Amino acid sequence: MDDVLQIPLSALNQYAYCPRRCYLIHAEGEFRDNVHTVKGTLEHERVDESESRGQGAVRVEYALPVWSDALGLSGRCDVVEFHADGTIYPVEYKHGKRKQWDNDDLQLAAQALCLEEMTGKPVTRGAIFHQQSKRRREVAITEDLKQAVHDAANSVRALLSGGRLPPALVGQEARRCGECSLHTVCEPELTGAGQTLNRLAETLFEPEEDLP
Amino acid sequence: MTILRNTLYVTTPDAYLRLEGETVCVMIEDEKRLQVPLHHLSAFVLFDHVMLSPALLGRCAQDGRSVVWLNRSGKFSARLEGPVSGNILLRQAQFRAAEDGAQTLSIARAVLAGKLRNSRQVLMRGARETDDAGDKEVLVRTAKLIGNQVRKLPLAGDLDTLRGLEGDSARLYFESLPRVMKPQARADFPFDNRNRRPPRDRFNALISFLYALVLSDCRAALETVGLDPQLGFLHAVRPGRPALALDLLEEFRAPVADRLALTLINRGQLSAGDFDEREGGAVLLNDKGRKTVIAAYQTRKQEEITHPVLKQSVPVGLLPHGQARLLARYLRQDVAHYVPYLHR
Repeated sequence: MDDVLQIPLSALNQYAYCPRRCYLIHAEGEFRDNVHTVKGTLEHERVDESESRGQGAVRVEYALPVWSDALGLSGRCDVVEFHADGTIYPVEYKHGKRKQWDNDDLQLAAQALCLEEMTGKPVTRGAIFHQQSKRRREVAITEDLKQAVHDAANSVRALLSGGRLPPALVGQEARRCGECSLHTVCEPELTGAGQTLNRLAETLFEPEEDLP
Repeated sequence: MTILRNTLYVTTPDAYLRLEGETVCVMIEDEKRLQVPLHHLSAFVLFDHVMLSPALLGRCAQDGRSVVWLNRSGKFSARLEGPVSGNILLRQAQFRAAEDGAQTLSIARAVLAGKLRNSRQVLMRGARETDDAGDKEVLVRTAKLIGNQVRKLPLAGDLDTLRGLEGDSARLYFESLPRVMKPQARADFPFDNRNRRPPRDRFNALISFLYALVLSDCRAALETVGLDPQLGFLHAVRPGRPALALDLLEEFRAPVADRLALTLINRGQLSAGDFDEREGGAVLLNDKGRKTVIAAYQTRKQEEITHPVLKQSVPVGLLPHGQARLLARYLRQDVAHYVPYLHR
């Protein structure tokens, strides 16, 4: 396992959101807070406060370290419920009111795969808790979702070991750029400025003749 | 003291800066003269004897806030460095490019094209604004000659040839530059060439000081982006020399520093009394002159211009940052070309 790049669970989420954002954070060490990430951190701090406490028949672990050697993943679960009947139920806290991108489900499924490997027990369901609406949205950990985690883990590993910054999102996808905290670092406009750059580069040694 | 967006410049000798909660207090002779929330500031530029409390230093190091000390003439003397951050992949790419002759030459060419084209813009603006037919003719002729030098840049097969073209152009430029000055100011600011270490006339003293200020901003911009300011392409590596910051400075000398110097002189904001002449012939800005120049530089940095590549409005003060980022992108093969800042 020494040479296998351990992938943080959060990288899967970032990758599903935008491969370029994933690369900037996990390969280039860039991180910028914005209002969304600060809110997220503050809410996680609240979740992380106590390590575990009993809730009747359910034992709840907070900020539980999880990993999968098979997939080369590691990270933490916000909340994992261990029910009396043996059910293991991860809950991921998100500050938004509803899912906007399916990256949250992917992250939850990755946590489920880690918990399965660690405990040897199946993890078939979990939930996303939306802080704003205070609602849980239950997610079934389907075979399709598990396959998506495998694929994403492979893609992220190839991306992070490839040493090459992927292009910025384009078209419809690019609407995510507006609320991305890495906007000023990523400068999607710059990769989109290819034509301007080419034109300026082509005429760089031909100063304009606008002499007075 | 001047705050430009997020840089606090402190020019008062013996000022003391300390942390108070989440704010910075500037103390002068035990009196609180300024209090600014820390989150408004991303950099401190301190002249001469300005002290920071250990708590403030620690906080700046921790948050990656840049702290730079300059001496009285604006020359870099020290900076605070926190944990090494940034991007090792980017630095690797920078070192590989510097080892690669073809890539080095291509970046050096682009940087020089920027420098020469921007100097040409300063001369052409002078030609447009002058009423004197003789001055206009000389300025237009020199602009044409420098234009010819620009066209020769792609043919230069090595750095020495490039530097030769640069030297010839710089000589032509400085010979003609006095003609951009208002005739009545020329008596107080006579010059026809670039001299330094130390400057021997008022104009050279002024532009040397401005170059030092812009260089400091270029260096900070490179460090912010994660490039090593010491490893340059046009400028060779020498111990203690910020070669890449000097490369970047080339694009901004004429449109930012020279143009500001000419404006200060033409508007009469600077006069002979703002300079001290030393025994033997060295000339330096005095305290009063320095304050005027720093204030004018700050104002200039806040002026917004349209970025030729991004086509967005950006403050002049952030241009070095934009170029540093573009260079980083080019080195990491995120964009196909490094295009210098081209002033309009």
